[in-house]
Amino acid sequence: MNDFSPVTLRSAALVGNPNAGKSALFNALTGARQKIANYPGVTVERKSGRLALPDGASVELTDLPGSYGLDATSPDEEVTRRVILGELSGVDAPDVLVVVLDASNLEQHLVFAQEVIALGKPCVVALNMVDLAERDGLVLDPTALESALGVPVIPTVAVRRRGLAELTAAIAAAPAQGPAHPRAKLDEVERRMEARAMAEAMIISESVKHRLHSRADELLLNPWLGPVFLLGLLFIVFQAVFAWAAPLQDGLEGLVGLLIDAVKGAMPAGLLRDFITDGALAGVGAVVVFLPQIIILFFFILVLEATGYMARAAFIMDRMMAGVGLSGRSFIPLLSSFACAVPGIMATRSITDPKDRLTTILIAPLMTCSARLPVYAVIIAAFIPNRPVGPGGVIGLQGLVLLGLYVAGIVGAMVVALVLRRSVTKGAASGFIMEMPKYQLPRLRDLGLGLFQRAWIFLRRAGTMIFHVTIILWLLLNFPRAEVGKDQVDASFAGHIANGLAVLVEPIGFNRDIALALIPSMAAREVAVASLATTYAVASDDEDATAHQLASQLKTHWSLPTALAFLAWFVFAPQCISTIAVTRRETNGWKWPAFMLAYLFGLAYVFAGITYWAALALGL
Amino acid sequence: MDSQTPLMTLDALPLRRRAQITAVDWSALVDEEARRLRALGIDVGAQITVSHRGIFAGADPLAVQIGRMTVALRRVHARAMQVEAL
Repeated sequence: MNDFSPVTLRSAALVGNPNAGKSALFNALTGARQKIANYPGVTVERKSGRLALPDGASVELTDLPGSYGLDATSPDEEVTRRVILGELSGVDAPDVLVVVLDASNLEQHLVFAQEVIALGKPCVVALNMVDLAERDGLVLDPTALESALGVPVIPTVAVRRRGLAELTAAIAAAPAQGPAHPRAKLDEVERRMEARAMAEAMIISESVKHRLHSRADELLLNPWLGPVFLLGLLFIVFQAVFAWAAPLQDGLEGLVGLLIDAVKGAMPAGLLRDFITDGALAGVGAVVVFLPQIIILFFFILVLEATGYMARAAFIMDRMMAGVGLSGRSFIPLLSSFACAVPGIMATRSITDPKDRLTTILIAPLMTCSARLPVYAVIIAAFIPNRPVGPGGVIGLQGLVLLGLYVAGIVGAMVVALVLRRSVTKGAASGFIMEMPKYQLPRLRDLGLGLFQRAWIFLRRAGTMIFHVTIILWLLLNFPRAEVGKDQVDASFAGHIANGLAVLVEPIGFNRDIALALIPSMAAREVAVASLATTYAVASDDEDATAHQLASQLKTHWSLPTALAFLAWFVFAPQCISTIAVTRRETNGWKWPAFMLAYLFGLAYVFAGITYWAALALGL
Repeated sequence: MDSQTPLMTLDALPLRRRAQITAVDWSALVDEEARRLRALGIDVGAQITVSHRGIFAGADPLAVQIGRMTVALRRVHARAMQVEAL
């Protein structure tokens, strides 16, 4: 480390333990202009932005994943280690390391800080969240820490923008100061003892205040009140994602509808106009319709994470999830998937263990999402008699069947999780070892930024693919053109594919009409209803009337076993391009979405078949 | 018995009772879990209290207080740790 020569400052990185307040500090330092991408070859998020220096220049600031040490245990920590050491190809090692510490948990955070500083690179320490330390009754002496560590120590409160100018100045000055005075390399146990000594030496005074978060935990982790609170909260979240999003979705769809009408009015009829309205604009509609759910769900998830409650929810639900080889962290993403698997899969980012996360992504489509409801509703209305069952007759048979379909999805997901955890996603579970962060008030600015980033990632990454596939489906349905007087769908590629599919699905009781409906409903499940309506020439502007007419048509064309098999198919079938697109985005490749498609189609086929033949055998 | 120093595993430690970890059976834990626990300072010599337990079967998981941190862990981890109540 003696051959030191001053480096020009091009990049800096924030490093520190999880829960050191790195992200808030990063947001405060870089503002809204951030780039989010994945590190090459892994699904670990790389967040970077520009930090303006006092002299007017700017450097790239990266927010490295939270880490407990260079001895990595998770993929996140592996990335942090490799970036710091300059071992990650395609990513330059940062010129200055900004070690972020939680001022109220120094004896823990200084363990990793020493390890980073001992590397001998230019370092600055941000003594973050000093306000929370003060809230806990701690008065600290930063200069004592500065002399103990041998690097500049700047007290900061990211959320109140305190100490940011001083920190930026220290980052700018760090390369000229050269590496810190050499520190002896200590092992983990020695560093921990040293950390404790340093932390104690810098405490000026400590008044024992009963800490706010331990009092909140008395209530929120109470064995009886905790789950009740969680249930109430989840009810609100679920209600919001399910119900509040609906008018917004209708509004967006209406807007796209207006646009389509405008194009129809402005252009002469023809293939080009159809392409713009039914292909391109319908594709836009298929993408934006997810935005309200994504934004509402992520609003709650970001609030739950920022306040520190998410870790408590995971704690409460862990035992149940452990039963199928997952951990408490999988609970919220899976629950969200009842509204829609797309935001649910995006929410798996809070699961740190990669095997847990992958398993959760793979089973998320089995949660009965809201798009299945229209399909279920039409088939149930057509084939299941609306008669009361059970004692007292308060339960309707139709409702019971609907409940059964939900339960089938949940049981299927649990069994699949168990099987996956013992096969494809086998491996040492991270179990459930998790630091519970302190309770904090969320900052509106950070929330807004997080929401914007999630929405943008969805629109740009998943959106483009959903858009493309919608157009491809349109092309398949519209080419080659039918002769005049012939049915376009029969003449199209999709029609020919349906002929082939019909042979495949015949053993599970599906006719060609169903095979044909399955193709466009790859775009979204609920399209199956519209598509069947077209096939059976049921046309009405009113959705309810369509459903009603369709039901009576279905009854004449389908047998009961076929209808039941169709329901069973939709419990499992991955009839949703958006889910596939998001899975590709979140798993960074085609391998897992392909696996998901294969296993879900396999399950759908087998269970539809079993349902069909069992129903036949029972004489239904 | 309290007048002596009662030895037990962490999962049996009564709530809010301060204790010191005297031994950890690292071989009972998956390597990654062992490293994560050590990274959180849960190691021989650490002082610890159990502050919360889950309600479902087997009072699992546990929330323990170590230093200024609350850490959630499962009962299988706690069972690998010998503690001595202080």
